[in-house]
Amino acid sequence: MNADVVVIGAGIVGAACARALARAGLSVVVLERGAAAGATSARGEGNLLVSDKAPGPELDLALHASADWPRLAAELADELGAAFPSVEYQRKGGVVVALTEAGAEPLRAFANGQAAAGVAVEHLDAAAALAFEPDLNPALTAAVHYPQDAQLQPVVAAEALLASARLAGATVLTGTEALGAVRDRAGRLVGVRTRAGDIGAGAVLVAAGPWSGDAAAALGADVPVRPRRGMVLVTARMAQRVRHKVYDGDYFGATQSAAADLQTSSVVESTPGRTVLIGSSREQIGFDDRLRVEVLAQIARRAVRLFPFLADTPVIRAYGGFRPYMPDHLPVVGPDHRHPGLWHATGHEGAGIGLAGVTASLLCAQLTGTEPPLDPAPFQLARPSLAAHLGGTP
Amino acid sequence: MSVSVLVIGAGPAGLSAAVAAADAGAMVTLLDAGDGLGGQYWRHLPPERSSVREARLHHGWPLFERLRERVAADEAITVLTEAQVWAVETTGAVTVRVLVGPADAAGREPLALAADAIVFATGAHDRTLPFPGWNLPGTFSAGAAQALAKGERIAVGRRAVVAGAGPFLLPVARSLTDAGAEVLGVYEAARPLHAAKGWLARPHRLLGAARKGPELAGYLGHHLRRRIPYRLGAAVVEARGEGRVEEAVIARLDADWAPVPGTERTVAVDAVCVSHGFTPRLELPIAAGCRTGPDRFVLVDADQRTSVPGVYAAGEITGIGGVDAALVEGRIAGHRAAGGDRSALRADLRRRRAADDVARRIEAAHGVRPGWRAWLRDDTVVCRCEEVPYGRLRDTAAATAQDSLRSLKLTTRAGLGICQARMCGRTVEELTGAAPASAADTSDQRPLAAPIRLGDLAGLATTPHGGKDTQ
Ligand SMILES: Cc1cc2nc3c(=O)[nH]c(=O)nc-3n(C[C@H](O)[C@H](O)[C@H](O)COP(=O)(O)OP(=O)(O)OC[C@H]3O[C@@H](n4cnc5c(N)ncnc54)[C@H](O)[C@@H]3O)c2cc1C
Ligand SMILES: Cc1cc2nc3c(=O)[nH]c(=O)nc-3n(C[C@H](O)[C@H](O)[C@H](O)COP(=O)(O)OP(=O)(O)OC[C@H]3O[C@@H](n4cnc5c(N)ncnc54)[C@H](O)[C@@H]3O)c2cc1C
Repeated sequence: MNADVVVIGAGIVGAACARALARAGLSVVVLERGAAAGATSARGEGNLLVSDKAPGPELDLALHASADWPRLAAELADELGAAFPSVEYQRKGGVVVALTEAGAEPLRAFANGQAAAGVAVEHLDAAAALAFEPDLNPALTAAVHYPQDAQLQPVVAAEALLASARLAGATVLTGTEALGAVRDRAGRLVGVRTRAGDIGAGAVLVAAGPWSGDAAAALGADVPVRPRRGMVLVTARMAQRVRHKVYDGDYFGATQSAAADLQTSSVVESTPGRTVLIGSSREQIGFDDRLRVEVLAQIARRAVRLFPFLADTPVIRAYGGFRPYMPDHLPVVGPDHRHPGLWHATGHEGAGIGLAGVTASLLCAQLTGTEPPLDPAPFQLARPSLAAHLGGTP
Repeated sequence: MSVSVLVIGAGPAGLSAAVAAADAGAMVTLLDAGDGLGGQYWRHLPPERSSVREARLHHGWPLFERLRERVAADEAITVLTEAQVWAVETTGAVTVRVLVGPADAAGREPLALAADAIVFATGAHDRTLPFPGWNLPGTFSAGAAQALAKGERIAVGRRAVVAGAGPFLLPVARSLTDAGAEVLGVYEAARPLHAAKGWLARPHRLLGAARKGPELAGYLGHHLRRRIPYRLGAAVVEARGEGRVEEAVIARLDADWAPVPGTERTVAVDAVCVSHGFTPRLELPIAAGCRTGPDRFVLVDADQRTSVPGVYAAGEITGIGGVDAALVEGRIAGHRAAGGDRSALRADLRRRRAADDVARRIEAAHGVRPGWRAWLRDDTVVCRCEEVPYGRLRDTAAATAQDSLRSLKLTTRAGLGICQARMCGRTVEELTGAAPASAADTSDQRPLAAPIRLGDLAGLATTPHGGKDTQ
């Protein structure tokens, strides 16, 4: 078997890239060692947030994604028809709340900085916040509304992108692990080894989520992606009393910090299934998926502080995954400067669902030599902030 | 110092494990989510309404009374009822998280228990295959009908049929008639040949399983006396009615359980009770890290040890063998968990072999066969909690080219509801061709073994190793 591009990983990032590449006319084979859309992309939430991102390249990416998802969601719905489940794209807006005096000023300042970078921001006083979210803890000290924040159903989104990729001609091989590189005499990467045989490739794209480090290593390269554990709680179905994505301002501390110990923030959102999702924790504990009740308790404490009525709501499920985490908190989208023919689209940490579409456009433009939707430089593996984390050239 | 043994589940397996562990010198904690002891088998009226008829309604009632009195009287055994295990942690020693108090109450008391050895004896729940109309009021799982009859003396209807597969249909029919219902028929999906192969190949083995032989004989005798028709190779393939069950459609089945066209007939009923076997309650052993086998029961060795050191399993979670298997496995597990010597177990090891044989026969004779799918229609609800119809499940699986449970659950919502796929999980897996034995995800995994209020979760004391709360 041969392909212009072999994509390693059928999570949402691999699916989106496969779709973009196939629609650009390339032949694409996707290798997935497990089931498609079964790993990280099925173990998180589907927030598409601009509100949690400080001005900088990731916010630029998120603003692109935010502008682009309505189009992408409509395109997928058109293409796949009514029998395909909806990606449940909802631009419901976010409300970020501070509950302490100490937290109020940093939240306002953060929001003002974002406004300067082009984010739609609306400061709310307590009365306005309670009008947005009547069941919010009235003791709040500051609140900001972010109308651009949206949500998606991540697994449907990943499956829709993959189904669309198939319609554009991509082949998806599940239960097929990328085991190693096929090289020509000059040592150049020309394909991928699998148990089912070699697959020749003009380019190989690593989109293996938190396992991208291992997948790259199997190809003789390295990429400093690490897992960052996160847990989410799901309540029983109930009459909906949470209207937006509501979270405490500590979320910023957690996403922007590299500290290894347990951090939680409560992002509370209702879903079309009439449950409430409450996420999430952040821990650097490797690929350890053992349950820690204390983590769940901490998530619960924050949620109940935000919405006191939730105390009586039963949690029926807890699940978790490993965010693909880069040491400098930016994804890698582009070629491997040390290994011709090798590409990466990974390291999206807690934002890969929302950023999958724009990642695919950015990757595809670089690979096909067309005009990228935004400057790819900050997302290169060769960027200075990663230099200390990379091995040398072969 | 004596060994501490924690037994989870106080059905036949857990009760006998607790007693055997105490006999071997251990300090025992026995806990059960229910408000009484006895599990599914010895479900009975609450003590304040106890009845002299229990003994007639339950096989082995005197044995239950002996076990119950023993665990109550023995100072080495602490009994906790209304004690729901909701999570198991394995980051340090295997630790069982418990909430004690009435099931729906807020502010239940939290406990975190560890012990030198743990015995899981969490039993099984009964499995019902979907059919058109099974979600109409008046259709019951046979287990629910049985529980109401045994625990409340309430018959679920006046004119009932019992259908499905397995020896469990007979006691259900009996409980229903004892509670005052007229049972119009018992329909067993297994065909005579399979039933005969399963049960008659070595009848002496069957009788060797202490009580099962006479017990079955007793049920059959009861059927004859009551003149309840018992049909092999037949099933309820549809329930019909305006707003509730008014009639059941019964059809003959072929050897694969597919309905034979043209054999349908309808019976006027107000209750349909169905059971197609049992699904072991595996969430706690799985959360503890215990390996399960290809048949999806907890793997145990001759001492009932699981793959996790210090963790034992007994009863229906290791195989569906009925009450005798549960009792003997419980004794072995309790004795060995307490550090008791294996030489004392010779008779029990022999009895367990006979019980294992019964389990194999039940599966051979009554195991679910794939032809049942033929009685589904596109609008037959498969997941009742989330009201997912078969047609949508099948079409979504096709549209996403997907056979893995995780994605299908999230794209269709099948199995995401309040029962967390306890009812439909295995059905969804079968219908979509998922291969649970090789999958990372199965419908048996539930890190939260029971719902817990956010307030109760939030109220759990912070443990020192849990990291700091940044507030
Ligand atoms: C608790 C939690 C909450 C989150 N919340 C959000 C949120 O609200 N919004 C948001 O945008 N993001 C969120 N995320 C992050 C998001 O889920 C991830 O960024 C995203 O799913 C990453 O997608 P991926 O395709 O890179 O990885 P994955 O989905 O993990 O896909 C990678 C695939 O590669 C496969 N693979 C690995 N190695 C090989 C190999 N050698 N050969 C073949 N296949 C291989 C894997 O099996 C896997 O299927 C959250 C994550 C977590 C854990
Ligand atoms: C509804 C039903 C009715 C049955 N009726 C009959 C019958 O009439 N005749 C017959 O021959 N066989 C019957 N059976 C089969 C019967 O289950 C077995 O023969 C026998 O009871 C198995 O014993 P066990 O100890 O393994 O499990 P069980 O008797 O099921 O006991 C398991 C116990 O574990 C407890 N438990 C489970 N999870 C937790 C948790 N997370 N926390 C705390 N406690 C927990 C349960 O409350 C239960 O009391 C029935 C089965 C079911 C499901």
